[in-house]
Amino acid sequence: MELRRDIFQAIADPTRRAILSLVAFHAMTPGAIAENFSSSRQTISKHIQILTECQLLTQQQTGREIFYHFNPDKMKEVADWLLPFQQMWEDRFAKLENIMDKYKTQ
Amino acid sequence: MEHKTSVLAEEGRQDLRITREFNLPVALLFRAFEEPDLVSQWMGTKVIKLESRKHGSYQFETTDPKGNKFTFHGVIHEFIPGRKILRTFEFESMPFGVQLESLEFEGISDQTSRLTMHVVYQTTSQRDQQLKLPFAFGINMAHNRLQEIMGK
Repeated sequence: MELRRDIFQAIADPTRRAILSLVAFHAMTPGAIAENFSSSRQTISKHIQILTECQLLTQQQTGREIFYHFNPDKMKEVADWLLPFQQMWEDRFAKLENIMDKYKTQ
Repeated sequence: MEHKTSVLAEEGRQDLRITREFNLPVALLFRAFEEPDLVSQWMGTKVIKLESRKHGSYQFETTDPKGNKFTFHGVIHEFIPGRKILRTFEFESMPFGVQLESLEFEGISDQTSRLTMHVVYQTTSQRDQQLKLPFAFGINMAHNRLQEIMGK
């Protein structure tokens, strides 16, 4: 398993994405998360650790149990970083459509 | 704001796909990529050279508000009027390597069309760096504006 703690690397892994979508529904203990996967508990706990280090998951101690929560703010950072690139093309294409529309009626 | 342009950049891959539907007949959409004068208008760049044919090449030059010049160039490998352009693309003096760009044009109806751009980078990290560039510029611009306001 790679040791990079890059948020984009974190969500690149399908198991970690599956963990995120599970925990997004409701906070879960590591044991409850692991029950959803055929991989070893150790493997899942390593995935949880990576997600926690990237702050995509946050821990909360409740009694003797640790619950993992999904951190939507961090996820938003990932979703937002592509927006300026998309906006750049959106602007160019809007201009293209405009120019060609005038060109057509000339 | 509604985004008509979709950008698909899956994690861990070295390519990306840009799609956009236009309220233009496909022939007209294609023209916007074929004629130097039109390319120059919508790309906001100076077209130094654009030979729209197989084995042709192109060279663009863009000047930012600070007067810095950026040049781009590439070679056209396939040129099928109204349907497809396959070309290389290099952003000179930037560490993004050379990309292979496939542009496919299709008519949806008489008056509407779709463009699909598939861009393949040499490495995943080159793709990610390029994707983050407008993001970085955006941050810089916001930063500069902040400085302007604070400087008053």
